[in-house]
Amino acid sequence: MAKYLLLKHYRGAPAAVNDVPMDQWTPEEISAHIQYMNDFAARLEKSGEFVDGQALAPEGAWVRYDGEGRPPVTDGPFAETKDLIAGWMVIDVDSYERAVELAGELSAAPGAGGKPIHEWLEVRPFLAAPPTIAE
Amino acid sequence: MDEVLLRSLTPTVLGILVRRGADFAAAEDAVQDALLEAARVWPADPPRDAKSWLVTVAWRKFLDQVRADAARRRRENRVEEEPAPGPAPAVDDTLQLYFLCAHPSLTPSSAVALTLRAVGGLTTRQIAQAYLVPEATMAQRISRAKRTVSGVRFDQPGDVATVLRVLYLVFNEGYSGDIDLAAEAIRLTRQLAAQVDHPEVAGLLALMLLHHARRATRTAPDGSLVPLAAQDRGRWDTELIAEGVRILQAALARDRLGEFQAQAAIAALHADAPTAEETDWVQIVEWYDELARLTDSPIVRLNRAVALGEADGPRAGLAALAALDTALPRHTAVAAYLHERDGDLVTAARLYAEAAGKAPSLAERDYLTRQAARLNALHRH
Repeated sequence: MAKYLLLKHYRGAPAAVNDVPMDQWTPEEISAHIQYMNDFAARLEKSGEFVDGQALAPEGAWVRYDGEGRPPVTDGPFAETKDLIAGWMVIDVDSYERAVELAGELSAAPGAGGKPIHEWLEVRPFLAAPPTIAE
Repeated sequence: MDEVLLRSLTPTVLGILVRRGADFAAAEDAVQDALLEAARVWPADPPRDAKSWLVTVAWRKFLDQVRADAARRRRENRVEEEPAPGPAPAVDDTLQLYFLCAHPSLTPSSAVALTLRAVGGLTTRQIAQAYLVPEATMAQRISRAKRTVSGVRFDQPGDVATVLRVLYLVFNEGYSGDIDLAAEAIRLTRQLAAQVDHPEVAGLLALMLLHHARRATRTAPDGSLVPLAAQDRGRWDTELIAEGVRILQAALARDRLGEFQAQAAIAALHADAPTAEETDWVQIVEWYDELARLTDSPIVRLNRAVALGEADGPRAGLAALAALDTALPRHTAVAAYLHERDGDLVTAARLYAEAAGKAPSLAERDYLTRQAARLNALHRH
């Protein structure tokens, strides 16, 4: 088994095929999209492949240490050009091929006109713990 | 005996152990162990007297633990001289436990966790599930909280207000595990109301009951939020509403107004309206004025702007909103709503979309995005 992170972007990913902002969809199309995402997560829970999924607010800040006794420096809100993560799903699957297959399904979630968004998702393997037998 | 009844004995049993001289942290562990054993043993072999069973088993667990510690520290003799457990004292220390678990030296998250375990009798695993953190994290949070209050004297009265804040948090936040936190908060507040005669305790209980009465109608079957005006009022729980109103009226009659009574009064006015259109917004604005006087909270003023928008028209609401900091949570969502009521659908749609980007929860974000989509769709036709 290997864990993969499926990353969804607010911006920074290549443009989707059906690239219409959500507030320009109909309310029914939004409901259909949310239903698809919920069903997808529920199906992965049933198949024993779901680990975690969370959504992130678009607002945030950069933060760094600024030396002994000083408060951390913050810089925000993010510049318009920053790559912006919208959320993630962690899956635990048997192969890279399975991870790609699932990311493809997730990317097929319906958007404007009820048609698949074809959104680009980032698939990233976790660095695993070292195996017991190494030689 | 069901699980909730079993758990309701937790603070009494814990109080008895502490009265007998057990320190709070060790006694709390012992009670938790006894509860786990009860859950295992009772289904097949129910005790005649649940409370004495729990006291006996918890005391034995406590002694086992002390002896194990003592053996390590070679202090066996002193422990052997501890008095045998006598009859349970008549005083109920439940109230003291509430104070201890909500002690001002605890952070809100620690106070919530400790209250749910030591007063509510929930297991660490159940609490961890409710707040979506690993069990080991929650165990650490609880044991640190117990260390923090270890020096606090058990017999000193605390501040009811701190307890109420903790119970309010339990009611208002948290996710689902196998425990219904809202119902648990109501149970703990009822238990507190039985211990202490205080109009704000009654006010909080009334507030919880009145909100809980609407719970089934707050979300659609697909999980999306249903705003108050669109809820199916026929499905509100009239028994809970009647109880909430009764408790609130008795509290208000004592003429010691506090923020929970004022919030409950607003909830009661909503519960009282047969349709959204019949809501007595003028009275609700007056209650928000009372609340603003009591709390000086900008959130209250934001809610007041919404109520004013209903009572005196959206322009009045927008004027009140203009006086508030735009960085307030939900400021943009309120602006969107008031602009929609005012007939400016283009501005409203833009603000709904903007508010969706600032929403603090997924459900709210989806709701606001839908509102924007609904107005944009109208505009296209």
